[in-house]
Amino acid sequence: MLVIKDLYAKVEGKDILKGINLTVNAGEVHAIMGPNGSGKSTLANVLAGNTNFEVTHGSITFNGKDIFEMSPDVRAKEGLFLSFQYPVEIPGVSMVNFLKTAVNEHRKYRNEKELSAGDFLKLMREKKAMVQIDSQLTNRSVNEGFSGGEKKKNEIFQMAMLEPTLAILDETDSGLDIDALRIVSNGVNLLKNKNNATILVTHYQRLLDYIVPDFVHVLYEGRIVKSAGKELAFELEEKGYDWIKKELGE
Amino acid sequence: MEDQNKLIHEVTQRDYRFGFVSDIETDTIVKGLNEEVIRIISAKKDEPEFMLEFRLKAYRRWLTMKMPEWAQLKVPVIDYQEIIFYAAPTQQAKYESLNEVDPELLRTFEKLGIPLEEQKMLSGVAVDAVIDSVSVKTTFKETLAERGIIFCSFSEAVKHHPDLIQKYLGMAVPYNDNYFAALNSAVFSDGSFVYIPKGTRCPMELSTYFRINAKNTGQFERTLVIADDDSYVSYLEGCTAPMRDENQLHAAVVEIIALDRAEVKYSTVQNWYPGDKNGLGGIFNFVTKRGICKGVASKIFWNQVETGSAITWKYPSCVLMGDNSVAEFNSVALTNNYQQADTGTKMIHIGKNTKSTIVSKGISAGHSSNSYRGLVRVAPKAENARNYSQCDSLLLGDTCGAHTFPYIEVGNSSSIIEHEATTSKIGEDQIFYCNQRGISTEDAIGMIVNGYAREVINKLPMEFAVEAQKLLQISLEGSVG
Ligand SMILES: Nc1ncnc2c1ncn2[C@@H]1O[C@H](COP(=O)(O)OP(=O)(O)OP(=O)(O)O)[C@@H](O)[C@H]1O
Ligand SMILES: [Mg+2]
Repeated sequence: MLVIKDLYAKVEGKDILKGINLTVNAGEVHAIMGPNGSGKSTLANVLAGNTNFEVTHGSITFNGKDIFEMSPDVRAKEGLFLSFQYPVEIPGVSMVNFLKTAVNEHRKYRNEKELSAGDFLKLMREKKAMVQIDSQLTNRSVNEGFSGGEKKKNEIFQMAMLEPTLAILDETDSGLDIDALRIVSNGVNLLKNKNNATILVTHYQRLLDYIVPDFVHVLYEGRIVKSAGKELAFELEEKGYDWIKKELGE
Repeated sequence: MEDQNKLIHEVTQRDYRFGFVSDIETDTIVKGLNEEVIRIISAKKDEPEFMLEFRLKAYRRWLTMKMPEWAQLKVPVIDYQEIIFYAAPTQQAKYESLNEVDPELLRTFEKLGIPLEEQKMLSGVAVDAVIDSVSVKTTFKETLAERGIIFCSFSEAVKHHPDLIQKYLGMAVPYNDNYFAALNSAVFSDGSFVYIPKGTRCPMELSTYFRINAKNTGQFERTLVIADDDSYVSYLEGCTAPMRDENQLHAAVVEIIALDRAEVKYSTVQNWYPGDKNGLGGIFNFVTKRGICKGVASKIFWNQVETGSAITWKYPSCVLMGDNSVAEFNSVALTNNYQQADTGTKMIHIGKNTKSTIVSKGISAGHSSNSYRGLVRVAPKAENARNYSQCDSLLLGDTCGAHTFPYIEVGNSSSIIEHEATTSKIGEDQIFYCNQRGISTEDAIGMIVNGYAREVINKLPMEFAVEAQKLLQISLEGSVG
């Protein structure tokens, strides 16, 4: 589904990603961990097509297509979803209007008919229940005045609405309270099937109790320096990153 | 970044969608301006003596006046001898049904998306459509007449209600108010007249579509709205103009008089031809709009969405004379390409316990210039006057300009004046967030801009709000950065 080969990227003239290789197949869950500033969000943004990040080398194919040929909105409609580490606020734009446009753009891209207002609201109710998001939030402007946790919940709600094939969750667990973490994880698990895949960016093993990864990768200074099964997360939780740095001879 | 700028550029460079010239026979008089021309206009309209006198007085005064000079507007020299001051569709008969109307005219309306029939049947909106200078069709007259409401063309009002005209004409905007008001007073061709009797709530939105049509014809509309004691009316003014090369002058005057406890809501969607991407052509829009809250506890609301015209100079204002009167000015002004806008309002507090609110949202794109100019004046006797002003500017790209000039003159220490101003740039991160949800940059910009303007758009009557939203998006096609 996703094949990243020898990817280099920079921001503001500074090299951040320095040769990433990663393959994600349908049905898999990958966790990416790593110290602050190692390039996790950068990778997520490059995948989603944020033009602040300049790709200097390498290739990415998504569903067999060259991702660099696709604008960010086309990547989204191809099924790539990014749950932002810091979701932005869009004052005055109602969640309902925003999501209705988003959902219908996806449908148009697939040559499906746009949803009627009634069908859309029905879909919204269904998905709201799935992530147990407060109705009052969806009546407000996009993320405006939402608490940190509410914003994260709202990201997963949008994911539920759009049903992506590849979901990249950038620290969705940060800021969620204990109950919300369980609910959100549960939502993500419900959306999982053998045709889609998930990349979890997280700092904490705790999330991986709920959403069990098939692979755990450590991103360090722009490179994936270690990949293993879910047990790696426990090891990191226990020992931190120093031992990895040592292994790398630093 | 490059790509986004390019896209934003493309989005704002889309051509004006309402640009077409309809082929209606037009009866025009020779171009140029002198007393003789004014006498001809008055005679053609079969006006009573007092009207001719009003016009001549204004004309003579205008001759002594100078075109105002503005810090923020660049206005080319206007040759008044090159302008045709009167044009009317030649078929002037009053129609019983739409079948009798020039089909070409009906097609024009259709292109504008306002088929009269549908308006008539579906929306419950009475339409007094002005093409060039003479009203062609008025609907729903009977319903209104039952309640004693007068809604007709200005010329008709001069004929049938000369007493009202004589009493109120020039009350809010005197003939010598300013250069363009004087010019309008001298040569105005037609417009709308509204009178709501005491204790009457107008059951429908009154709507007029203005449209400049004949080539080289200056447009001088005159609108007068009188709301008698305890009455209510909501008035809609909307316009689109066909594309052409020469600049066209538009100098309208709107006067509102609200008597005791009367409430008037005046909403405008202005979409005159803004000129092309390079700043060629477009309408010069020099409008004088003023309302007087004459009665106690009277209310006047100006709501406007301005997206058109090459140059806009416009300050819908209120004089709060009656004690406890209330005035609001809610405005969205969008400029793109080489458009220039200098708009705002004046709130003059004279009565006690008067309250005014100003919400101005400027949106600038391309190489345009967008200024807010506002005056809040509290007269010495205006005890407990209150004003709240909020002026926001949104910039799309870095080649446009936004300026805010708030003037405050307070003559009474018991008043409370609050002013807030913000300037922001449309966020790339907001656009990217929308993109990531499958929404194209073009749609994202439209959405974000509409969100920004929502507070004002929400004040518009429903059908206008929808139109205004589309207009904001269309007008920006080709412009964000
Ligand atoms: N827009 C930007 N301008 C300048 N530097 C940036 C920008 N975005 C990211 N960086 C830098 O790139 C590096 C990688 O940042 P990134 O956000 O990818 O880290 P991360 O692994 O997601 O960290 P965290 O765990 O703290 O979220 C950091 O040093 C960061 O300061
Ligand atoms: Mg990060």
